[in-house]
Amino acid sequence: MSPIIKKKGEKFTLPSKYLLLILTILCTVLMMITFGTDVFNRPLNTAAGYVIVPFQQGIGKLGGWLANRSEELVQIRSLLDENEQLRAQVAALTEENTLLQQDKYELNQLRELVELDEQYGEYNKVGARIISRDAGNWYSSFIIDKGAEDGFETDMNVIAGGGLVGRITAVGPNWSRVTSVISDNSNVSGKTLSTQDNLIVSGNLQLMAENCITFGQLVDSRNAVAVGDKIVTSDISDKFLPDILIGYINSIEMDANNLTKSGRLTPAVDFEHLNEVLVITDKKQEIVEEDEENAS
Amino acid sequence: MLRKTVVAIFILVCFILQCSVFKSLAFANVIPNLMIILTSAFGFMRGEKEGLVIGFVCGLLSDIFFGNFLGFCALILMYIGYLNGKFSRIFYPEDIKLPLALIVTSDLSYGLICYILLFLLRGRFQFTYYFVHIILPEALYTIVVTLFLYPLLLKVNEKLEAYERKRAQKFV
Repeated sequence: MSPIIKKKGEKFTLPSKYLLLILTILCTVLMMITFGTDVFNRPLNTAAGYVIVPFQQGIGKLGGWLANRSEELVQIRSLLDENEQLRAQVAALTEENTLLQQDKYELNQLRELVELDEQYGEYNKVGARIISRDAGNWYSSFIIDKGAEDGFETDMNVIAGGGLVGRITAVGPNWSRVTSVISDNSNVSGKTLSTQDNLIVSGNLQLMAENCITFGQLVDSRNAVAVGDKIVTSDISDKFLPDILIGYINSIEMDANNLTKSGRLTPAVDFEHLNEVLVITDKKQEIVEEDEENAS
Repeated sequence: MLRKTVVAIFILVCFILQCSVFKSLAFANVIPNLMIILTSAFGFMRGEKEGLVIGFVCGLLSDIFFGNFLGFCALILMYIGYLNGKFSRIFYPEDIKLPLALIVTSDLSYGLICYILLFLLRGRFQFTYYFVHIILPEALYTIVVTLFLYPLLLKVNEKLEAYERKRAQKFV
């Protein structure tokens, strides 16, 4: 007799091997569907957002508070000594400051002349706090405490401290997931600032301990790219806005094909101690579309 | 009903701890895998069915937040829970060797599967590096956490079983 036949008066139970089979099929179908589309993401993200994210925010705040308190206790002694020294310095600096104020006035005038703007001033940015980090050890992504309710969408760029952190890859109502550029599954199209040569920046788990990531496919025909050059996001990337600083070249070498170069770069952002990030609410796609409208 | 609530609370608390508190307690950038501990512990304590359902829920939770597509973690953890459930016949609460061995084996195989599917297939062939720096430390850290978490799970499970027996007697 088949084990799923219901006997009279007995509670119906599904044998575990059938449940396993059903859930396996479900998982496989889910994987196939969500590999290309994001049909299920909205309801699931919403549900998870309301159950989990409040706890994460609470723990994040508590953790931050505790870390601050313990740091305060450690620092209080050294701060007292420092305070004396600083008092003496303040007197000296006040005098210096008056001199510098005059210089600054002059500088501002000159700046206006050359119309130097703030580095990324043209984009709209919203600040967000990191509330939880990746549950596994393989990739490097984190959750921030704002989401669709604050107007965030997937593929928005995330920066911190003047450098590129990554982009938003999933959005819930009150949370979003940011995949960082150091994550092993991340590839960013970049260019060197000095020579405008295109290259691909890829995250690497193996180099994460050394605080490095790799780049490759750099066609440096003029042999002008050197260690220390700035790498910024390129114009041809379809996800990242142009001219956001990614990092500085750390080492560079010729590939075996003798055509392209690859090497390592040090990211501009300190991913180890990242707490707050800025999300650029302009998306690359929209900007391009606007330009097209203007052109037509 | 009580059991379901308690297990759900365990899963939530472990997931939240894993991606907040343990990230700041990470040794050499590696965090323990509490989801594996839960899945395999309930697997060998309660049998195949409970193991696979808890594994599925744990995996789905990490997929929603950190996975690139749904179902990947859920599938692996579900099978780990199911296979651990096979050992429920030779499980005795007094013995700690079998649970430790099962949890370590589960964590190592989870690491290996992740490496093969996520890294090897993308041409990252430095297996020894990933084994020594990610998979092995994760397994070791997981054992250390197991030593604290597992007795708690065992106690809670015993309490729940006692409660269920009492209720069943009442109805007879």
